[in-house]
Amino acid sequence: MSIITIERKVLEKNDELARKNRELFARQKNFVINLVSSPGSGKTSLLEATLAKVKQRASVAVIEGDVQTDLDAQRVAKLDVPVVQIVTNGGCHLEAKLVHDALQSLDLSAVDLLVIENVGNLVCPANYDLGEALKVVVLSVTEGDDKPLKYPTMFRNASVVIVNKVDLLPYVNSNVETLKQNALSINPNLTVFEVSCRTGQGLDAWCDWLIEHSARKG
Amino acid sequence: MHELSIAQNIVEIIHQYVPAAERDRVRSVFTTVGEHSGIVADSLTFSYQAITAATDLQRSMLVIEPQPFIIRCSACGTESRTEMGSIQCPACRAVETTVLSGTELRVREIELEDEPQEQS
Repeated sequence: MSIITIERKVLEKNDELARKNRELFARQKNFVINLVSSPGSGKTSLLEATLAKVKQRASVAVIEGDVQTDLDAQRVAKLDVPVVQIVTNGGCHLEAKLVHDALQSLDLSAVDLLVIENVGNLVCPANYDLGEALKVVVLSVTEGDDKPLKYPTMFRNASVVIVNKVDLLPYVNSNVETLKQNALSINPNLTVFEVSCRTGQGLDAWCDWLIEHSARKG
Repeated sequence: MHELSIAQNIVEIIHQYVPAAERDRVRSVFTTVGEHSGIVADSLTFSYQAITAATDLQRSMLVIEPQPFIIRCSACGTESRTEMGSIQCPACRAVETTVLSGTELRVREIELEDEPQEQS
């Protein structure tokens, strides 16, 4: 038997491309967030509500990731925001290469804030760095307050948690304090926002945070 | 279920190190997989077998060596294996910690069978 010693990261090709994306974002002074969640947590609704509030205050662009269809890109385009749709054709996550290719269709020099909406999935996107400044996890109260404990990798790698659909709290068995405690027990550095895209509750605080961080980047 | 994509990355790394003519001699591929890397070992093994079937790597085996999730506290220096992969120090509750292991996903070694001796 002969042995070849390797010691290589399995995802080094992705990490290398993510590093290139990150360098490009730094040169262009873009603040980039990677929006992740389970399917149906309200990522796209949150994005629509957020864009409506921040697009007057910052120049925004969006990359949409979905397994199929450009329905989400159509929703975002209605808000007059530049958007590129990535269809993964079955792929359960975005990779740095897909984002890199999508960037060719955007004029980054004119962008303060770039939002990458990942494929709805709380497992796989945790492994793939896209070059973003930080990950934002959207978690709706209907999903249960124990979710952070079930998907710790994503919550450990994230910087912000947005608890969505808080208008539904009277009708579900989720306790928002338990949910926050569970998320913070995995990662005490998380910034948490409680919002409802339907009623608008909490959106201003989240949008102010976003604008403040986008401006700091520039 | 991104283990298939991970398995493809592993095969690409093997291809970089082992020339095509020698790939049928690959017996074991040793990988290090952290307990909080987000990878399901059984699923990765299954994916590896599925994509190497009927290729020159079909007789190779993927060996997964699990790594525990361990953090070191910057405040009190304690090294701990934390429950559920929390980054908070269980000794002093500080949050300034470094992850020492448990999130990695690496190919460590490839083991090849010796070349058959030429008959003279």
